[in-house]
Amino acid sequence: MSIPNELLYTEEHEWILVDGDVATIGITDYAQSELGDIVYIEFPEVGSEVDQMDPFGSIEAVKAVEELYAPVSGEIIEVNTNLEDNFQMINQDPYGDGWIIKIKVADPGELEALLTAEQYAKKVGG
Amino acid sequence: MPYIPHTEEERQAMLQKIGVTSFGDLIKNIPVELKLKQPLDLPEPLSELEVERLLRQLASKDVDGNQVISFLGTGAYDHYIPAAIDHIISRSEFYTSYTPYQPEVSQGTLQAIYEYQTLICEISAMEVANASMYDGGSALAEAALMAVNETRRPEILISQGVHPYYRQIVKTYCHGQKIAVAEIGLNNGTTDLEQLRSRASENTAAVLIQHPNFLGCLEEVFELETVIHQQGALFVTSNDPISLGILVPPGDYNVDIMTAEGQALGNPLNFGGPYFGIFAAKKTYVRKMPGRIVGSTVDEQGRRGFVLTLQTREQHIRREKATSNICTNQALNALAGTVYLTIMGKQGFKILAEQCLQKAHYLAEKLNALPGIQLKFSAPFFKEFVVELPYSAKKLLAYFQQKNILGGIELSSFDYGFSNAMLIAVTEKRTRSELDLYVELLKSFTN
Repeated sequence: MSIPNELLYTEEHEWILVDGDVATIGITDYAQSELGDIVYIEFPEVGSEVDQMDPFGSIEAVKAVEELYAPVSGEIIEVNTNLEDNFQMINQDPYGDGWIIKIKVADPGELEALLTAEQYAKKVGG
Repeated sequence: MPYIPHTEEERQAMLQKIGVTSFGDLIKNIPVELKLKQPLDLPEPLSELEVERLLRQLASKDVDGNQVISFLGTGAYDHYIPAAIDHIISRSEFYTSYTPYQPEVSQGTLQAIYEYQTLICEISAMEVANASMYDGGSALAEAALMAVNETRRPEILISQGVHPYYRQIVKTYCHGQKIAVAEIGLNNGTTDLEQLRSRASENTAAVLIQHPNFLGCLEEVFELETVIHQQGALFVTSNDPISLGILVPPGDYNVDIMTAEGQALGNPLNFGGPYFGIFAAKKTYVRKMPGRIVGSTVDEQGRRGFVLTLQTREQHIRREKATSNICTNQALNALAGTVYLTIMGKQGFKILAEQCLQKAHYLAEKLNALPGIQLKFSAPFFKEFVVELPYSAKKLLAYFQQKNILGGIELSSFDYGFSNAMLIAVTEKRTRSELDLYVELLKSFTN
C-alpha cells in the first residue's frame, strides 16, 4: 500500500499535492484498491467553485459509486480528460497519471485540517 | 383446498424446536396496543368454484376488441395481436421468471430484453433504449426529471398537445422535486411555435412534445427542434410507436429523449393496463437514464452473454442519488412488443402503418363530406383525427354503442374548450364495411 510522504490526505481518501497556489488531487492507492476497476468519473465543470470537503464529482466502479470531496476550497482549473476511455489509469497510477482535478487554492490555511501521510497510514492501517 | 403446506403437528414441532410454546411468543415484542384484537372483517372464504363464478360475473361487465368495433384512441388502441405472441410469452420461462439480476441463470430473459432494446432503437433511430418503463405517461415524466438532472435547469415546458393525463403525471412527478412545469398552447391543433419561441429560455431544461399529438395532429417537429435547441433545452417526445412505421423517426429530428406508450405493440387493451413505457435517448445521456439496461459482453471463455449494465445509475447502488426510484420493468409486456415487431418485420411494420393512415383518411374524408360535420383541424394526421359535430357527441356515442360500436372519445371533459368535438382513431383492424357502416350510422343519427 503506497502512501507518499510528500502528500496530504482527506478522511475520504483523496490526496492533494500543492505547488504554489495550484493543487493536484486524486484518490489514494487504498481507495482504488477497495473500489476495484474504475469505470467512470463524473467531473466537475472547469471554472466552478468548491468549498473544502464539498463533493465535486463522483467515481464509479462496477458495483459502487462514491462521491469525490475537495480537500481545499477554490476554483476548478483543470480536469484530467486523459482519463476518459482510460479510467483504469486511476488503478494503475493513482498518484501520477491517475490525477483527477486541479484546484486554484483559495486559502492555504485550510491545509492544516488535512491528514499527513503518517496520520492517513494510521487511519487505513497501512 | 388449503394452499398452506404445514400441518398443525408440523407447526408445533417448529415452535418446540425454536423453544417457544405458541406463535404469539415470537411476536411478544410488538406493543399490545398495536396488536389486532379481533379477526379482520372479511367475508367468508369461497370455494374455487365460487371464486371462478364471481370472477366470470365481474369479467362479463367488460368487452374486448373482438366483441365491439372500436374507434377509441388517445394512447391505447385496438391493433391486431398475432396469436404467436401469446404462445411465446406464455412459455413458463418467460411468464414466471423474475428479475434477471443473476446473469448466470437469466440469459434467456436478458437476451430477450436486449433484442427489445435493439428493436426500439431501430424503429426510433435513437442510440440507446432501456429495458422498458411502466407506461407512456410515467416514461414521459421520468424523461422530464432526467432532463432537469442533465441540464440542471429548473423548468419544464410541456405542449398542450400532450395527453392531458400525461401532463398531469409530469406535474405530479415534478411537484416533489420543485420543478416548475408550464404549458405551451396550441394553434390550429399543433404546438404554438411563436409562444414556445418567446417562452423558452436558459431556464428551460426540456420541452415535451407528443407526436402525433393528443388531437391526432402531426407536430412541426423540425421547426420545434430548432427553437428548442437554440435555447439549449432538451427535446423530449412522446410518440405513437405504430406511427414509426411511416413517420420520420425521432432520432432523425434530433430528439434527445424519446418516450412512448408501448401498448399498441402486441399488447391487449387490458382495461387500462398493464402496458409498458418505451424510453430511449442519445448515448451521451446514458448515465442519466432511468430504468434497467441490458448489455452484451463476453464471459471468461470469450462466449457472448448478456447482463444488466450501468447499474450504478440505479437505486440499489446509488441510493438517494439514483436516476430514478424505478427498479423494475414491464418485461412480459415488452416481450410481447418484441415478438410483435419481429413478426411484423420491417416491411410488415410499414404496411401496418400505411393501412392505419389510409383507413383513417378514408373515414375522415367521408365524414368531412357529410353536411354539418367537419374535421376540426387542417394539420396532417396519422391514424386519429378530431371531428366537429353540430351537437354534443355524447348522445351520438350512446347511439353507436347500441349498435356495438365504440365510436370515439368525446372531448368536452378535457381542457381544450371543445363542446361538440370527438376524437376518432382508425387502426388496420377496421374494415371498409365497418368504416362505411360508421358513416351510414352517423348520417342516420344526424337526420
